[in-house]
This record gives sequence, C-alpha cells and structure tokens, in this order.
Amino acid sequence: MLKHRVIPALLLHDGGLVKTRQFKDAKYVGDPINAIRIFNDKEVDELMVLDISASKERQQPNYALIEQFAGECFMPICYGGGIRNVEQAYRIFDLGVEKVCLQTAALEDLGLITRLSEQVGSQSVMLSVDVKRNILGKPQLYAAANGKTQSIPWLEFVQKAVAAGAGEVLLNAVDRDGTMKGMDLGLIRQASEALSVPLIAVGGVGSMADIRAAVEAGASAVAAGAFFVFHGPHRAVLITYPRYDELERLLEFC
Amino acid sequence: MISVLDYGAGNIGSVIRMFERAGGEAQRISTVEEITESKKLVIPGVGAFDFGMSHLISRGLLPALNSAAIQRRIPILGICLGMQLMCRSSSEGTQPGLGWIDAESRQFKFESSSGLHVPHMGWNTIRVVRSNPIIASTVDEQRFYFVHSYRVMCNDPSDPIAFTHYGEDFVAAFQRNNLFGVQFHPEKSHRFGTDLMRRFLEFEFA
Repeated sequence: MLKHRVIPALLLHDGGLVKTRQFKDAKYVGDPINAIRIFNDKEVDELMVLDISASKERQQPNYALIEQFAGECFMPICYGGGIRNVEQAYRIFDLGVEKVCLQTAALEDLGLITRLSEQVGSQSVMLSVDVKRNILGKPQLYAAANGKTQSIPWLEFVQKAVAAGAGEVLLNAVDRDGTMKGMDLGLIRQASEALSVPLIAVGGVGSMADIRAAVEAGASAVAAGAFFVFHGPHRAVLITYPRYDELERLLEFC
Repeated sequence: MISVLDYGAGNIGSVIRMFERAGGEAQRISTVEEITESKKLVIPGVGAFDFGMSHLISRGLLPALNSAAIQRRIPILGICLGMQLMCRSSSEGTQPGLGWIDAESRQFKFESSSGLHVPHMGWNTIRVVRSNPIIASTVDEQRFYFVHSYRVMCNDPSDPIAFTHYGEDFVAAFQRNNLFGVQFHPEKSHRFGTDLMRRFLEFEFA
C-alpha cells in the first residue's frame, strides 16, 4: 500500500493545458479533458488542476470547465486558481471537487482559510506556497499572481496559514519549476520539520529517484507537471504516469 | 434508480457519475417527497458533523429519512460524513446523529512522535471481515480513497464489514440489514469504487 501520494499537477491557461518553466514560458501541451482521461485510465492517486491565469487576470474560476474535470475524475481532485471567497469555494466543492488550493487570497487575508476550514474541514483546504531563492540563495515567499517576493519569511507565513486552518501545504520551488532537474530538498526538509499537516512538494521532478528523494526529505506527497507530460530531451508531449507496482517499489521503506 | 441526497454538505456530481460508470442510473434529490419516493438512497457528505446534521434538520428531512431507513427499510449507503451521520453521535459535534447504527464517531488522536497526520487523507487498503453485499471479500489489496479526521466506533461487533489500519484498526465499512456506511469515497476510488457501486446497485434487501 502506498503511503505517499504521487500527484500530476496540471496547469491551465485560458482553458488550455500548459507547462511553465520557472513560472514563465507557458507552453501549450494539449486539451485538459483529454489529459484527465489518460490520468484516469492510469489510475493516478490524485489530480491537481491549477489555473495560472485566473488570479493573475483577476478572473472567476472557470466553473464549466471545473465541472467537466470533476466528471471525468474517478479519483480525488484539487482545484486552485482565482478563488477569493467562501462562496466561490463552495460552488467548486459542489461541482465535485474534493479540495481547493489557495494562494493569492491567502496572501492577502488568512481569514478565508479559517472560514473555509471551519465550514468544510481543514482537509479540503490547501495552501499553495511558492518559494523563490534570491541571488544569495535565501528562500523568499513569492506571489505567483504578481511575480513579487513578499517581506514575511516564507516558513512563518506557512505556519500562520496552518494555524489559520490549512490542512495541507503545497510547496512549490519556483526556481525548479519545469526544469526536471531535481527538487529543492532543503526547502522540503525545513517545511516538513516545521509542519504537522501533510506537505506536498512540487517543482523539479525529473526522475523517479527525485520523487523518492522528496519523500525521504519529509514530503507526504509529491506532485509533478513536466515529468508527467513531457518525454525526451526535446520535451515532446507524452502523458505518462508510473504503474502502481513501480511506485510501490520506489517508495518501499520510506 | 439511485437517489443521491443533496443536503448542502458536499459533492453530489461525482457520486452520480460513478453510479453511471457502474452501469446504473442516479439522480440528485433534496426534498421530503423525493426521499419518500426513493427506492435506494445514498447520503454523501463532507464537512463537519453538526454542519451536516443541522442541514438535514433545517430542511425537515429527518422524519422521511427515518421512515426510509427503519419502516420502509430501503437500501441506504452513507459515504464519509454520511456514514458518521447514521450513527448516534460524534465527538465533533453536540447534536445527536440519525442513530440508526449503534456507534459514535471520535477524532483520531496520535502522539506527534507517531508521524501520523490527521486528517487521514489518501489511499488505504481495507480488510474485509465478513461476507457482505457491497465489498468483495476475495479481491486482494482493494484500495480506497479516505479523507477524514473522525472514525466510527461500532458498539455492536457484528456491524463492521471492513477495517482499515491507520495508527490503529478502524471501521472502514459497516452494514446493518439495509443500512451501509463507508468511511472512504467509492466515487473517487477508481475500479474498486466502481465495483462497490455496482454491488450496491444490484443489492436487494429481502
């Protein structure tokens, strides 16, 4: 039995599936529904869909599309992007989504996390935290919607969000995003030592060994984008996911 | 036709679609009349216990639900919070539950040194302890998706049909006559969930 989840993280931009590199250069990789069907057939543990244009452009979540995703998913799904209030989150739960992921709204006011977790339970409320290292290598909290680093220390912010009611933390290493060059294990270690809630590490997975390394560093779950949608040195689009027994062997004794 | 109760606590769509995938038909219902006409009922639900109960009460659904469960004895499946609501009470709330099953829900409590997080969230296997209509007892390593902080503790040892281990053994599924409860989410558990839904579709309570 797998104790650690391995989660494809799909990025949406204007309704299409994209993949970024270090949060830039969004490359179109296909139709999200088609991708979800493939991941469904591959019996993935859980799916994460993050709309990277919604908060940036201050749009509403694309409810029609989210409903389609939920309908195709016979596995748990987490949605993030553009959620600013409890009503929007409720509408998304009602469409058949298990968890919502918050970043932009949480950076402005952790009260939303508290209100949501009080009503739906903290297990359905995920905090997305992006961390970018500065030129000295110091990790800093980063706001994906406006591309600005924040003054509050990243770990302090995460701890406050957990105290406010976040039931899971998605920790994304901005510098590793889409590079497939390995995860930021230092960040994962720091976060996992400081947190009592499940930690999902994302950013930089390029091999099965990277997934194992993140779990050994303390991640409860590992998410990946490029690793599951690209194939080969030229990043040809090919959706893949390891077989259950492969994952079982990989994460044995972790 | 399966009736899936929409009482404002959680998703309905994925439950309906999983029944369709299992070869059946399901509809969303919400009124007393619709409960009264139901032949088979699913009570889904996510969220807090009192939140769920107060929604059932404020919509005036309790008499129709009690009649379906106890007088008409139609097959009823509670999923996650729905399972917990079928029991007497929960330490999560102050309201009594539906009380159909002699059981209470209590929160997981683990030492921080155990490394176990609450909620118990993720896939886990189940161990079937008695032959029953909805879960195959012959299939190895059936895995289901769980998201919960509270678990049901049955007072009657004949009620549990499957256990799961998370720090301790807890009741993953129970059955009492026409009444079933599952702590996991069959609608989100791939072919294992499809199989359970198909069996519930086929089940007739004599």
